Amino acid sequence: MRYLPLIWATLWRRPPRTLFTMLSIAVAFLLYALLTAVNAAFNTGIEVAGADRLVTTGRYSLTQVLPAGHIQKIQSLPGVALVAGQSWFGGYYQKESNFFPQFPTQIEPYLAMYPEIVLPEDQKQAMLRTRTGAIIAKTLADRYGFSIGDRIPIIAGIWPLADGSNNWEFDLVGIFDTKNPKDRSIYEMMLFHHEYFDEARQFGKGTVGWMVVKTRDPAQNETVIQQIDALFANSPHETRTQTEKAFNQAFIKQMGDIGLIMSSIIGAVFFTLLFLTGNTMMQSVRERIPELAVLKTLGYSDGGVLALVLAESLALCLLAALSGLALAAVLLPGIAAKLPGFSGLALTPGAFAGAVAIAVLLALVVGLIPALRAMRLQIVDALAAR
Amino acid sequence: MAQTVVSLRGVSKRYTRGRQTIEVLHNLDLDIDKGDFLALMGPSGSGKTTLLNLIGGLDRPSAGELRVGDARLDQMSSAQLTRWRAQHVGFVFQFYNLLPVLSAERNVELPLLLTPLSAAERMKRVRIALQIVGLADRGKHKPAELSGGQAQRVAIARAIVADPTLLVCDEPTGDLDRKTADEVLGLLQLLNREHGKTIVMVTHDPKAAEFATHTLHLDKGRLVEQAAHA
Amino acid sequence: MNTLRQIIAVTAVNLRAIPSRLGSSMVIVIGIAGVVGVLVALLSMAAGFKATLAGTGTHERAIVLRGGSTDELGSVITREQAAIITDTPGIARDADGTPQAIAEFYLLTDVAKPGADTPSNVVVRGTRVDVGRVRPEFRIVAGRMFTPGVREVVVGRAVAAQFETLRIGNTVDVRDGPWTIVGVFETGGDVHESELWVDAGALETASRRTAYNSVTVRLESAAAFATFKDALTTDPRMVVSAQREPDYYASRSEQLHLLIRILGYTVAVIMGIGAVFGALNVMYAAVATRAVEIATLRALGFGGLPVVVSVMIESLLLALAGGLVGAVVAYVFFNGYTVNTLNFQTFSQVAFAFRVTPELIRQGLAWALTMGLIGGLFPAIRAARLPIVEALRTG
Repeated sequence: MRYLPLIWATLWRRPPRTLFTMLSIAVAFLLYALLTAVNAAFNTGIEVAGADRLVTTGRYSLTQVLPAGHIQKIQSLPGVALVAGQSWFGGYYQKESNFFPQFPTQIEPYLAMYPEIVLPEDQKQAMLRTRTGAIIAKTLADRYGFSIGDRIPIIAGIWPLADGSNNWEFDLVGIFDTKNPKDRSIYEMMLFHHEYFDEARQFGKGTVGWMVVKTRDPAQNETVIQQIDALFANSPHETRTQTEKAFNQAFIKQMGDIGLIMSSIIGAVFFTLLFLTGNTMMQSVRERIPELAVLKTLGYSDGGVLALVLAESLALCLLAALSGLALAAVLLPGIAAKLPGFSGLALTPGAFAGAVAIAVLLALVVGLIPALRAMRLQIVDALAAR
Repeated sequence: MAQTVVSLRGVSKRYTRGRQTIEVLHNLDLDIDKGDFLALMGPSGSGKTTLLNLIGGLDRPSAGELRVGDARLDQMSSAQLTRWRAQHVGFVFQFYNLLPVLSAERNVELPLLLTPLSAAERMKRVRIALQIVGLADRGKHKPAELSGGQAQRVAIARAIVADPTLLVCDEPTGDLDRKTADEVLGLLQLLNREHGKTIVMVTHDPKAAEFATHTLHLDKGRLVEQAAHA
Repeated sequence: MNTLRQIIAVTAVNLRAIPSRLGSSMVIVIGIAGVVGVLVALLSMAAGFKATLAGTGTHERAIVLRGGSTDELGSVITREQAAIITDTPGIARDADGTPQAIAEFYLLTDVAKPGADTPSNVVVRGTRVDVGRVRPEFRIVAGRMFTPGVREVVVGRAVAAQFETLRIGNTVDVRDGPWTIVGVFETGGDVHESELWVDAGALETASRRTAYNSVTVRLESAAAFATFKDALTTDPRMVVSAQREPDYYASRSEQLHLLIRILGYTVAVIMGIGAVFGALNVMYAAVATRAVEIATLRALGFGGLPVVVSVMIESLLLALAGGLVGAVVAYVFFNGYTVNTLNFQTFSQVAFAFRVTPELIRQGLAWALTMGLIGGLFPAIRAARLPIVEALRTG
């Protein structure tokens, strides 16, 4: 602690230089925080997946439809607590770019299976009473200005009404949120009754897209998975059942090389940064050679001088990293509100810890060469060089 | 009988530059007593700064025996020398060598950071040191805000703050005008007389040497004359 | 003229000093190279994706979907509708009068990369063995075409390259069990090369489908589209929509293209800010180390403008060098680099190659020069304002 004023003073030896360096590091950490938040948003699906939830799809593709009769058959299996059939509606509000997911589903079992979805009890009751009712995520209601009682027109991309029209309308009776705000992205959707959907659609009646299954005990998952798929094996409608976690993971993997590209960007940013910061530290040490020699004359040990330079580098990097992260924390809620599908964007403690670790590493890497140079300084030569 | 603080026996110093070996100091014998104020004079290249560096523990002799106080400097490792310097030597340079980013107080405090003293304790000593050099009111100033004479006095305060056995000064007035130089030399004389500091000073200025109690002349690495002042 | 000569003289002095400050000059070069490299790489990804989709089809062809459907997967065309569409005016006909139209199934199947336990959505197109009549760019490059009515698959070149399991002789689960891969085809680098093609009849049986997804027709000429479209949309028997192929496929790339571009520009702007700070540092330091030189020149009677311009030229040259390095690195490492991703607008895998186009390189260099300009401007002004006497003394 006693060396703090010394370190602080030398850090600000040339204020513009320190400031510019700090700003470029801060900017890099801002970018790091934003990109990791986006990456984390992609991966929330894996984290929020319920340990006791399975997903049953067609054997060859999620897009295959299955007979609605599968629901009852699965429900009667001993290890199964609840089943909800679901379909992909694939419609949009007003224009295609206003896309958000809509799922016809069996509302009662669905909500029972997803306790992380929070819907006021009276709205839930209203939903169960209203045939043409719909409930929607709060983030979507906020974005499009929907409120309870509105009739929401949705244009069908796949399923026309019986008369061939694509103009569906739903009565908004409930607005739900998630228990944990960071899970918002994954539940940013609209739900309505599968029964109503099935009656009103032109074709495909009597089918569901897939089923979500809640097991009585996560330990039985493997057994239940085998039972379900065995039930329909060699039938015209074979199934493939996975845990929700595996299902979500597969979905994210579909994005393919996006994660790799993100890490490459972060890598390029830090490589560039290393150069900028390293140069500043070298400049700073070069300028201070006589001063460092004086410190050594006064009896500062080699290790002590090394530590001083490293501490300065550490202060520079940490301070800048923290300001970048702070800026990200301020900006993220605003970005989350504007970016469809990313309403859960946030700086996680993990990302924060990672950033601090990177800052420390960066400080050591850029500080080491100058620090070693300072340490190896020959006093007599350095003083004579004046 | 005066106590010997610095003692050199057959000290030589050689530098190797490529294939050439240059001997800067030849087989020197020298004793400096406690309370001496020794002026080392000689032309450029005579080896006076090299000798000063040896006595100050910045460099080690190539041969011979060098004793300062109880310490055998010629036998110490570089790390041992570093620790020894922190406790036993104060340095004053021609160009003051203050850290420009630190206030006068913080500059003076630097050697004390290496001691176990508390912050309050350190500040107390810094104030005393600044008082001795007559700059008690300049503690918060940065070196750039001080005149040359003032800066050198801050450097002297830094040299004495840890109460070293020995004060080593390399051309302390080389960058100052006559009047300021006399003031600084007067201060060194005061430290020598009133506070009993042993001082070794390299200078090329005969007027500066007059402030010392002894003067030694060095030429081509050998002592040529020894004269005592009144 | 005099000013120009001064500028040249001062600039020459500055540029000669670059080698002695190589380390710090490299900071500008590498900093800016990093920014330009990332920008060009990301934009080339967006460009490659768009080119693959937008490059699909010709203006002489149209795709017919159910009215309101945004893509083939969500479209349903019944047999009766397909028959009517095939008979619409404006469609080119063979010598024997057969309309050049093809009704196709479009569905997805899960294909896993070797070593990956998670499958990807790969398109299966149920088409006909004479698909070349409508898509003359279709060519078998290895193996042979599937046999009508048999569970055989020909795989697109791009998807074959991305999924090692899709080799001739292997099988792939399409519907109702494994199908044999018998050939590899190409269609001129378009999105169809990310698809598996099978016989429509065989797929119809295996998938128990009754309705097609789309009808693709070859028009008499590009101009015949209006006739064709009008005839279709005024037909009271059905609600279908007709689009020119390039329009349809371009619209399927819009969202991902936009997303990648937004990502690219955001990253480039943020990184660019960081690099500008780095450049400012370097140029300020360059001016500081040259304070005496500059002051000497000023004392000799050189004006302030040549000093400003020379510093700017130095900064711009370094930035340009950085931009070139970044663009070259992006070109060498990414041009032609093929990736696959889920096109969430069609819910299917698309393989595409990064395309580092001259336009992107031009953009990258413009970006580099902008950074160099900002990074050099303030230090240049500082240099011109340097108090001459003081600078000479402190030196």
